[in-house]
Amino acid sequence: MSDRALDLTADMAAGLVPEKHGTARVWHAISLFVRKKPLGAIGAVMLFSFIFVAIFAPWLATHDPDLNNYRARVKPPSAEHWFGTDNFGRDIYSRVVYGARISVYVGILATLIGTSIGALTGLLSGFLGGRIDQVVQRIADVMFTIPGLVLAMAIVTMLGPSMLNVVIAISIPRIPDTNRVIRSAVLSVKESLYVDAAHAIGCADWRIMLQHILPNVTAPYIVIASAGLAGAILVEASLSFLGMGVPPPAPSWGRMLSTEGMRFFETATWMAIFPGVFISAAVFGANLFGDALRDVLDPKLRGH
Amino acid sequence: MRTYIIWRILLMIPTLLGAVTLIFLIMRLLPGDVALYILGSDESSQMNQEALQHIRSELGLDKPLIVQYFDWIWDALRFDFGNSFWTRQPVIEELGRRYPMTANLAFLSLVLGTLIAIPIGVLSAVRQDTLIDYVARVFTIAGLSLPSFWLAILIILALVHYFRWLPPLDYAPFWVDPWLNFKQLIFPAVATGYRLSAFGARMTRSSVLEVLREDYVRTARAKGLRENLVVLRHALKNALLPVVTIIGVELLVLFGGIVVVETVFTIPGIGRFLVDAITHRDYPSIQALVFVFAAFVLVVNLLVDIVYAMLDPRIRYS
Repeated sequence: MSDRALDLTADMAAGLVPEKHGTARVWHAISLFVRKKPLGAIGAVMLFSFIFVAIFAPWLATHDPDLNNYRARVKPPSAEHWFGTDNFGRDIYSRVVYGARISVYVGILATLIGTSIGALTGLLSGFLGGRIDQVVQRIADVMFTIPGLVLAMAIVTMLGPSMLNVVIAISIPRIPDTNRVIRSAVLSVKESLYVDAAHAIGCADWRIMLQHILPNVTAPYIVIASAGLAGAILVEASLSFLGMGVPPPAPSWGRMLSTEGMRFFETATWMAIFPGVFISAAVFGANLFGDALRDVLDPKLRGH
Repeated sequence: MRTYIIWRILLMIPTLLGAVTLIFLIMRLLPGDVALYILGSDESSQMNQEALQHIRSELGLDKPLIVQYFDWIWDALRFDFGNSFWTRQPVIEELGRRYPMTANLAFLSLVLGTLIAIPIGVLSAVRQDTLIDYVARVFTIAGLSLPSFWLAILIILALVHYFRWLPPLDYAPFWVDPWLNFKQLIFPAVATGYRLSAFGARMTRSSVLEVLREDYVRTARAKGLRENLVVLRHALKNALLPVVTIIGVELLVLFGGIVVVETVFTIPGIGRFLVDAITHRDYPSIQALVFVFAAFVLVVNLLVDIVYAMLDPRIRYS
């Protein structure tokens, strides 16, 4: 069956599914998604498990993540310490569980801020065109010449290490990507007949922008935001790895893999394995889910 | 075509200037103070006011911002990037010493990434929605999901465990001992190349899928050509062209990977230089590195567009 089957309204029109309302409709959409996009469903489950772990970290952890225990340093996984302990005797399982909070919090917040600013500037740039468009696009050009990680490194170093500053540093490199995607979506929507019609009946510009164009660019927005989430989690991990992330003793996944612990990894492989598995799984889930969402929401982009 | 190239080169100047200005503003306007950092102090008490003043005037930081900015631009135009705040050596010398290693690693990663990306992308497209396609897609999404630094750590751990191999203390330059150089850099190149190959494979897959729906592919099939020949002779030639255009994006991805992988493997390249420079708030080094990298990206993008136009006669720039 083609992906077109995912279009609920088309199915209903064809009389394939009985008309459903409210929660039944939502459940139907979810079950369709699971059947048509099994990989995407797996990704969604992975991603939401991490959000679950982040929220319920205090109940899931077995130890205090920051508690040093010098009698249990660098111990392999055991019944007491499921993922072993690190060079300060801290329980790695509990640190990984609490680490989900940092990744989820920084990742989601940075993605929301960055993509919202990007979408807003993209909307204005595409809709207004002219000189404003020129200026915004030249700024985006500039930002495309500096790798996102490098930009984030520079910003966080100068702002100083704190959770909020890490969020700011990661959100800024998200802006130009979103800006370009939304701008091009706006440019194509702008040519639609219904926008012409709105103009013809004398709609105000702001009304056309908010009521007619904005709802029609939400699909590409969701697509770029879900891809951005995976990227933001990765950049957070890389910053922490380089010692420029959320300051210690916060149990950030990237910091647990940083050079400070490197000399222990050779003998204590569990110190290197578990945090990395969690970063990769979180990003993998976000990517799988994002890919499936894109296929469903934006058939034009399929396969890219 | 010539007017187009000249126009593009002219357009590069404001973009490059913008990149340098952006990093200049980040380093100067955000609150971090390099003089405090060099003094190793957290706050400016009455006592060290004089010492701070001394450091600032020595580094030229007491001049008005606008003067510092134009001084830097003027010097940069003559490839004089000043002295590092940290080592007090000319930045350009350090850059010259380190860039061959990074260029070497980047080249190896690009070759490796492309060699993996194209077969996987093509196979995945030709066998769309089969088991092969699913495996290939999971492989590429994993490539986008594994952090390069973790992959690098895993590679080192595996090498230590199975081959008693440690990252060398000295990396051999390519022109001194190419084979040793290759043996030393191939593992870091795997760590950076995997992510690149994932980008490339996705692009190749979608591009091949698109081309396979073209009329000329149907014609080739209709005249009874074997499927292998259709793919290799007709589809691939046209499908790989758009793949070339993402090299600019790939360079940004690659450099992000190189920054962390050079740190893990302790490779004395530009990536580690940049990490050290940012940690030490070494303005001249950071500005020089951003300038050089941005210029490089812009030139590569221009070359890609020109080559693209030469290979595809349908594209005419004006």
